[in-house]
Amino acid sequence: MASHDAHAHGHHEDHHHHEEHFISKYIFSQDHKMIGKQFLMTAVFMGLVAMMLSILFRIQLAWPGESSDFLSFFLGEQWAPNGVLKEDMYLGLVTIHGTIMVFFLLTGGLSGTFSNILIPLQLGARDMASGFLNMLSYWLFALSSIIMLISLFVESGPAMAGWTVYPPLSALPQAVSGSGLGMTLWLVSMTIFIASSLIGSLNYIVTIINLRTQGMTMTRMPLTIWAFFVTAILGVLSFPVLLSAALLLTMDRLMGTSFYLSDIIVGGEMLTNHGGSPILYQHLFWFLGHPEVYIVLLPALGLSSEIIATNSRKPIFGYKAMIGSILAIGFLSFIVWGHHMFVTGMNPFLGSVFVFTTLLIAIPSAVKVFNYLTTLWKGSLVLTPAMLFAIGLVSTFITGGVTGIILADSALDIMLHDTYFVVAHFHIVMGMSAVFGMFAGVYHWFPKMFGRMLNTRLGYAHFWVTLIGAYGVFFPMHFVGLAGAPRRYYDYSAYSEFDNNSFELMVDLNEIITTFAIIAAVGQVLFLFNFFYSIFRGPKAPQNPWNSTTLEWTTPVEHIHGNWPGELPTVHRWPYDYSKPGASQDYITQITPLEDGEEEH
Amino acid sequence: MENKLIILLVIVLGAIAVAQLVRIYEISSKLRKNEEHEISNRDNNLNARMMFGFMLAFFAFFIYLMVAYGWTGRGSAASNEGEEMDWLLNLNFVIIIAIFFFTNFLLFYFTWRYVRKPGVPAFYYPHNNKLEMIWTIVPAVVLAVIIILGLQTWSHLTGPTTPEAEKIELFSKQFDWTARYAGADNTLGLYDYKLTLDNNELALLTTNTIDSSLNNMLNGSTGIRSLQKLLNNRDTVFSDSTLNVLRNDLSRKERLYRFMTQMKQNHNAKLDASAWDDIIQKDTLYLCKGQEYEIALRAKDVIHSAYFPHFRAQMNAVPGMATRLKFTPNKTTAEMRREKNDEKFNYILMCNKICGGAHYKMKMVVVVLDKSAYKKWMDAKKKATFKDQYFPVAAAPADTTAVDTTAVVTMK
Repeated sequence: MASHDAHAHGHHEDHHHHEEHFISKYIFSQDHKMIGKQFLMTAVFMGLVAMMLSILFRIQLAWPGESSDFLSFFLGEQWAPNGVLKEDMYLGLVTIHGTIMVFFLLTGGLSGTFSNILIPLQLGARDMASGFLNMLSYWLFALSSIIMLISLFVESGPAMAGWTVYPPLSALPQAVSGSGLGMTLWLVSMTIFIASSLIGSLNYIVTIINLRTQGMTMTRMPLTIWAFFVTAILGVLSFPVLLSAALLLTMDRLMGTSFYLSDIIVGGEMLTNHGGSPILYQHLFWFLGHPEVYIVLLPALGLSSEIIATNSRKPIFGYKAMIGSILAIGFLSFIVWGHHMFVTGMNPFLGSVFVFTTLLIAIPSAVKVFNYLTTLWKGSLVLTPAMLFAIGLVSTFITGGVTGIILADSALDIMLHDTYFVVAHFHIVMGMSAVFGMFAGVYHWFPKMFGRMLNTRLGYAHFWVTLIGAYGVFFPMHFVGLAGAPRRYYDYSAYSEFDNNSFELMVDLNEIITTFAIIAAVGQVLFLFNFFYSIFRGPKAPQNPWNSTTLEWTTPVEHIHGNWPGELPTVHRWPYDYSKPGASQDYITQITPLEDGEEEH
Repeated sequence: MENKLIILLVIVLGAIAVAQLVRIYEISSKLRKNEEHEISNRDNNLNARMMFGFMLAFFAFFIYLMVAYGWTGRGSAASNEGEEMDWLLNLNFVIIIAIFFFTNFLLFYFTWRYVRKPGVPAFYYPHNNKLEMIWTIVPAVVLAVIIILGLQTWSHLTGPTTPEAEKIELFSKQFDWTARYAGADNTLGLYDYKLTLDNNELALLTTNTIDSSLNNMLNGSTGIRSLQKLLNNRDTVFSDSTLNVLRNDLSRKERLYRFMTQMKQNHNAKLDASAWDDIIQKDTLYLCKGQEYEIALRAKDVIHSAYFPHFRAQMNAVPGMATRLKFTPNKTTAEMRREKNDEKFNYILMCNKICGGAHYKMKMVVVVLDKSAYKKWMDAKKKATFKDQYFPVAAAPADTTAVDTTAVVTMK
């Protein structure tokens, strides 16, 4: 760090900067901007893999039992004999799709990318508190990604017990083939992932607490940073619980302990395990699992707050209320996990407590939505692709959020639990919202990351394909679920035997859903092309392309170690002085001192 | 061959698509004179209008789905509890659909209405405590109503059954269901998983079943004695791994045998009767209209979930743990067929917790009969109790297990 400081304080321009070695610059970099980009690239790749997996099983769901060259091309004779997906592999695809999307794309990719890039830049810090730990965090993430991908190729198949990997199914290789080596690799990969996430989160927390530049009080931080801060705290408190759940599961699998196993006969073998409880695993898993939803969602909400304020040319409405609702959501997320377990045999009284706490979350969420709406009201909206994705996020947050009210109501959950209604709910509120937040972030901060601009027209095309495609996929799923279709079913032919009307509904809607899914997936080519082409050929970015107030846009376009040449900036005001009456232009950067008699806000 | 052609075609088309994208990219960049960050008024207004148009299409899509697939696509409930839940669900749906339309409308309307217009500055409006109080308190009040109504229903649904409730056990394993009716005494016999045998699949606990399980564990074809004999045979040489497997198997069985011996010593023979009159039923679950059911759930291997979509009932079956659910069917299968105008319709019990490859096939047909038909079916069934199946009347009563039983009695 010292040597970087010495550099940064020097007077030289870029070409005087000593040439870094390729390895220390691009691979084992300790620079937060490069690490952020590494997270982004890895996550985009993992996201593509997970999306491909979903297309593979969506083909099976829409045209069950029909031979598909596409399936046999990707899965070969072993997993798709004659082009028809095998039942076991269907479960494997579903499991790995969920795992990668939740952990590798939306946790590693979203929080990893943007916390890394934005925390030091928006706080006025030269780098993260520990560059080395930051690098370690990325490389553990990369390693865990590789192991997860390898698990797709083992002979007995990847983990097949659903992304929640409930034992006993995940503990007993006799019960499903994926619970053999595939499950072991899953556990190894997740353990490394958790280590990566913990190291990263601790680093973010320390940086936010200690490395804010002069004048950057906690209540002058942009909402992005508040979101990353609370996200990191949630991660630090909840991921270790997942680790312990995974550890106990590993011991049950390898050492004959009975944490989760009791009175089981499987594959004709009578096991001696007695006294364990599968429900214990579910408690431990969802103690992480529910905060995880907000680990995924809060960064997306933080990014969109920033983007919506900037492009409405208005201060975010109710800045303090926004912080309050982030904190409230963060706190409540720890006492609601039981709503995933209403029909597991958990004591019904405990269930009613979780109904109460869960529905409370709707209040801060409603505050956030109305604050976004009021921010748009009487604004002067500039509809950049980032802004469109941020508005899309608000829409999906509403659409997916309201169905949460139904599922949180234990009496109604009984009939909807584990149906496609749930799949629709969390894909919209968590999946679409977080992915939209991520796209919004990429479009908005691409100039900061790569010093070049993305193509706006392609951005628009990408937004429209994604919005229509994703809603087209997940909105009809509500109706599939309300008709009663259970999730994780290889096909719905069972229905044709006892209720042909429902069966036809499911077949119809599944075809619509898969068609939209394919359109949305192909549409991502627009993004990929735009992204990679612009990194090399995009027009050079100006320093502050969106006329934004925050500190990252005061750094030079060309990346340098230490972020700011010369001294660190001093902050004089909050980050949302847009269209302030009496100002000469419609934004005032945070480093502009208050004028005589000017009130802060 | 055909495959390869298609793949080749896809690659060629993909390459053309990318080349076209490059052209569009370059042309649009030139048109905009590399000012990607300047959003023209034309683009801005176009996207604003498209957002509003999208909202209309989205709402229309929603309404179309509701019209085409029914208000909520479920069909009517077929149990008392289900009707209560449907009422609550409809109420909740009215609330959330109203919120959905209202807030989504504001979002897209504002996007369209307040898109940048030259010369019109944004309105500096950082906060308003009164407004924020309103949209904290109003949702809180609405939620209070939802919570109170929801918890009332929840306590009805999970509360105890009346003494008249008929008891049934649903036993789940990969990948089927077996029902066990409690028989004349309406008491389900006890069970212990260690007693599972081919002729006692549900592992019911009686003096005789303990004995035959003990006997099987000791003398069965893969029992302790045959394993010992195999391991002590000096003429055969096993590889280390086989030896390990055999030894583990032996020690596991010895442990189980010990547990079962304890079980035998602690067993109270008076409890046998409640198991003997139980009725085991496969393939189809018969229920009676208007009869309340207390259903106990059991899992043999992994977690399963008993899911009755039409009765709106669901509960997991967890290995090593007792769970329960209750409901009162209120429409016979025949009535529902008439209502749905579908002669082939049947109620169903499905598995709704991922349990392995054939999870999606794990189901059991449910038939709801009226009182007289149910009684007729049940009377016939009462002639084939667990005892009748286990000790066929024709067979001689004095086999080895019976001898063992007397031995225990005298020992005591």
